[in-house]
Amino acid sequence: MTVHDMKHAASDSARLEAVGGRLSRVDGPAKITGAAHYAVEQQLEGLTHAVLVGATIAAGKVTAIDTRAAETAPGVLAVLTPDTITELKGASDWFGNPPGVQTYCPLVREVTFSGQHVAAVVAETFEQAVAAAALVKVWYDETPAIVDLSDGKAGDGIPIDAMTKEWGDAQAAFAEAPARICTAYNTPREFQAAMEPHGLIARWQGDELTIWEPSQWLDGMARTYAEWFSVPFENVRLVSPYIGGGFGSKALALAHSAVAAAAAKMLDRPVKLVLNRPQNFTSYGGRAATRQTVAIGADREGRIQSIVHRGVNETAVDGMWVEPLGSVTSIMYATPNFSSKQNVVRVNTVVPGAKRAPGENPSAFGIESAIDELAYELGLDPLEMRLINYAEQDPHAKKPWSTRQLREAFAAGADAFGWAKRSPQPRSMRDGHQLIGWGVAAGTYPVRRAHGEAVVKILADGSVEVESSSIDMGQGTYTILAQTAAETLGVPVEQVSVKLGDSHFARAGVTGGSRLAGVMTGAVYKAAGQALDELIGLALSDPRSPFQKLQANTLQVRDGRIASPRGEGPELSIAELMSALGRDHIEAKGDTLPANTTPEERYKNYTTIAMSIPHTEGDWSRHSWCAHFVEVRVDEDFGTVRVSRVVSALDSGRLYNPKLAESQWKGGIIMGIGQALLEEGIVDRRHGRIVNGNFADYMLPTNADIPDIQTISVGIPDPHSSALGGKGVGELAIVGIAPAIANAVFHATGKRVRDLPITLEKLI
Amino acid sequence: MRDFAYLRADSVEAARNAAALPGAMLLAGGTTLVDLAKCGVAEPATVIDISHIEGLSAINVTSDRAVIGALAKMSHVADNAEVKSLFPAVSEALWQAASAQLRNMATIGGNLMQRTRCPYFRDPQNFPACNKRAPGSGCSAIGGVTRGHAVLGTSEACIATYPGDLAVALVAFDAEVDLGERKLRVEDFFLAPGATAEQEHDIRPGEVITAIEIPGSAAARRSTYIKVRDRQSYEFAAASAAIGLELEGDGRTIRDIRVALGGVATKPWRARAVEDALKGKALDENTVRKASELAMEGAVDHGANHYKIALGPRVVARAILKLGETA
Ligand SMILES: Cc1cc2nc3c(=O)[nH]c(=O)nc-3n(C[C@H](O)[C@H](O)[C@H](O)COP(=O)(O)OP(=O)(O)OC[C@H]3O[C@@H](n4cnc5c(N)ncnc54)[C@H](O)[C@@H]3O)c2cc1C
Ligand code: SF4
Repeated sequence: MTVHDMKHAASDSARLEAVGGRLSRVDGPAKITGAAHYAVEQQLEGLTHAVLVGATIAAGKVTAIDTRAAETAPGVLAVLTPDTITELKGASDWFGNPPGVQTYCPLVREVTFSGQHVAAVVAETFEQAVAAAALVKVWYDETPAIVDLSDGKAGDGIPIDAMTKEWGDAQAAFAEAPARICTAYNTPREFQAAMEPHGLIARWQGDELTIWEPSQWLDGMARTYAEWFSVPFENVRLVSPYIGGGFGSKALALAHSAVAAAAAKMLDRPVKLVLNRPQNFTSYGGRAATRQTVAIGADREGRIQSIVHRGVNETAVDGMWVEPLGSVTSIMYATPNFSSKQNVVRVNTVVPGAKRAPGENPSAFGIESAIDELAYELGLDPLEMRLINYAEQDPHAKKPWSTRQLREAFAAGADAFGWAKRSPQPRSMRDGHQLIGWGVAAGTYPVRRAHGEAVVKILADGSVEVESSSIDMGQGTYTILAQTAAETLGVPVEQVSVKLGDSHFARAGVTGGSRLAGVMTGAVYKAAGQALDELIGLALSDPRSPFQKLQANTLQVRDGRIASPRGEGPELSIAELMSALGRDHIEAKGDTLPANTTPEERYKNYTTIAMSIPHTEGDWSRHSWCAHFVEVRVDEDFGTVRVSRVVSALDSGRLYNPKLAESQWKGGIIMGIGQALLEEGIVDRRHGRIVNGNFADYMLPTNADIPDIQTISVGIPDPHSSALGGKGVGELAIVGIAPAIANAVFHATGKRVRDLPITLEKLI
Repeated sequence: MRDFAYLRADSVEAARNAAALPGAMLLAGGTTLVDLAKCGVAEPATVIDISHIEGLSAINVTSDRAVIGALAKMSHVADNAEVKSLFPAVSEALWQAASAQLRNMATIGGNLMQRTRCPYFRDPQNFPACNKRAPGSGCSAIGGVTRGHAVLGTSEACIATYPGDLAVALVAFDAEVDLGERKLRVEDFFLAPGATAEQEHDIRPGEVITAIEIPGSAAARRSTYIKVRDRQSYEFAAASAAIGLELEGDGRTIRDIRVALGGVATKPWRARAVEDALKGKALDENTVRKASELAMEGAVDHGANHYKIALGPRVVARAILKLGETA
């Protein structure tokens, strides 16, 4: 169902098709013209509409639900409550751990957060369902809620021992260090805030379930549905051709998904359920609020002797989320002594989830702010401070970096930014009422690796199809897989069409952790290579082939034409050869798994994250790196902060498509600007409810907030990180932006803001 | 279904008659009304579409006065060359309001009538108590999240901020709202909550705004609107100021000055104390900053909105000083 105009995409300039070419997004024109149909835009016969009723308390019991008025409202087909909804089986978690519960009810009797689904109405039209949902009356027995980390009832939380990282004697070394800082950093609850809301259409045909739903992980979500409804995995088909932004939020089948699928089964009609905007702030978790303290001890020359780090993140009363706060702290700088520990605190919220660079993002806000504070304490240039403590190998894993172009990033970024012209004193640069500040911070993201498979078909007309159940949420999968197939097969990119987003295609694991490009280019490279081998093999051996009498041992395909490498003998287009061979297609399935992988392992590999390969596996420690240089202008009277310049130098290894990588980096930087200055889920502490759950009040940056952003690639191919030498792109650039801005704000104003976001009242 | 009757008025007369029906609400650009209907705040029995009435979108500007039809779009007024040169604060207030898409839809009449952004007002399901929505039910905001709430003109019943920008400029320049039978000063048209938070305007059932009129003046010609907010665009004001300035022939003594504030009060807020303190004085930074403090006479905060008390006068002072520089 792809409608991509490859000619358009390929027209920018020559050699775009090769891996590494700046091919424009092949799905761009379809999206701009509206030809791209998103998951919930499918038009189905007999479609019904479901609307959820959310809890208006944050903790307590549902004592009664009166559905009578709703049931008799016009168009209503069913009112679902915990008592009437079909019973589902518990599903295993995303590691594949078996469920703790036998049965699962997506509508709750015990409320653990405000907005939790307690009932749902299904009606013939959306408007009827909305109206009837408002008629459902719910009574509660309310109990006190723990609203956030600063709630008196919250306590210290649960220690997460797996997060502890220690070497040397960090406490003692800190106590003895001649220069010390010890400061606390907080980040608020933040939301992925994708334009496209969560939602789905569910349709049962017998015991076969089709789900149209935006998804970052078709196979994982299909498994969850299969387990909920006790049907074979193959009976579930998930379709997700385009995703209007996920940012980590769309990888799991959630309670609302279960409600829609259950309703469709009960009614035996397709059901569409789309969360309204406020529900998108309470039906799945954003980034957990975090608290960190960072203590750094150094000698007078600025060499770090010890880092002591403690972190806390909020999680839900009924679910566990760990935001690894020591992830950057433990690897960014060389230190002989180190200690990091983390607790999680249960509060009455929906379970927090992944938002772009979970862990690394808040971790970097702590350490990259703290090192800046120490630099000022010692009178050192913040960039110099970072170079003095440059980690030549992974200080935690004690392994060499696979590649680490961070020194190059600092140099290239500083040069392009003009860092050398910086006046070191805070509050020493101004333009009228605007205080100008320059800040620097580094970022990193691990290379997460996994396996994937792809099908490559060479068709009779010489065109090529690539199929994979991986997805494109704007990061460019359609485009780079077309480039990979085109280059491997030697055909022009406009002859390649890529089909994604259908769980019946060749399998793929989660699109998250910036792993997909590395995994899928590897799989397509393999599948395309196999298809090419088969084509050439047939051309050389099949009696009908014009090449057969050539007795050559290989052939070459270039620009879609096949010939011997030395040019002797005939030259045919692939279509001509296919016709000579009498073939209507050649198909190869390639995957990156070891050959002896069992079917069970394959299933586990694609439907859980249990088989991800650690970034420190074997001899190397693999990460992407970046350095951000930021200029801010702070109005001295108003306290308003505007980012006026960003130069970022980034090491994502080899770029499969620099244009798309730059877009991803810029997207991360823009999101980081929002995080630094604007984004915050504001909780009414009496009700434990987010009160700014809409796009007018939950502030995301607008175009006017975003300056010109310069990105510089300093990466080199990293053979230890992926088949083609790339490292992660999508999450890297948001890491370090918030501290770079906070550091620049300090330089501008002399005020250190350690609580995000940096809103105006913190500076006046 | 939440059914409602839809009537399309083809004349002001027809609109007035229909507007007198119980539960009737006018629909102009719809950017407030549809939004509030989705939140469950507005539940009209009859929607009277006035957007097709002819002759209500004219913009007539002379140096004497500007007469702007109630159906004129925000974007058209903002972009009008005469408005820009004779009433710059009006144009600037509109440019900095909402977003380009909204400005292209929204009308001047609807803009005056927009409702507060108080999050409790906008969420009846979760917060039944709201005196503005349900008189006598209480105020959910007091004791809750108050960062955007007013510090001026509040009462025990309601502390909601009037969110609009344009009306702030209108109040500064003594504009009038034309209701057909009567004309009211915009300043009097808006009501502070007192004990009746639900009454926001002096408008009676069956009345329709047909136009606003702004008297021309030297102060209006030399005027500006400064809006301060965390986000550079598409956000309501944390604090804003509409200022008009007329200097004596010496180029530094203040003959006339108009000061109004937005984002800090329950209605568009004219700060006459600041004006009185500055009239006849020489325009210098210290005098201006000191006088601007008077804008916050009687201010009461509710915790998180405390910053507005410091911010408001700074915005006023900046705007006055900016006008002083553009001699
Ligand atoms: C996300 C968002 C951000 C915004 N940001 C800003 C901002 O920064 N600054 C700002 O000033 N505004 C802002 N607005 C408000 C916007 O300017 C108003 O919604 C708009 O001006 C209303 O005009 P309308 O024609 O669409 O009114 P409608 O929605 O049609 O009507 C609004 C109300 O006015 C009544 N009404 C309409 N016309 C008349 C009339 N002629 N006589 C009597 N009553 C009438 C209606 O009955 C209704 O109650 C924002 C709005 C949104 C949704
Ligand atoms: S401040 Fe006014 S609008 Fe807001 S809840 Fe209180 S009464 Fe309602």
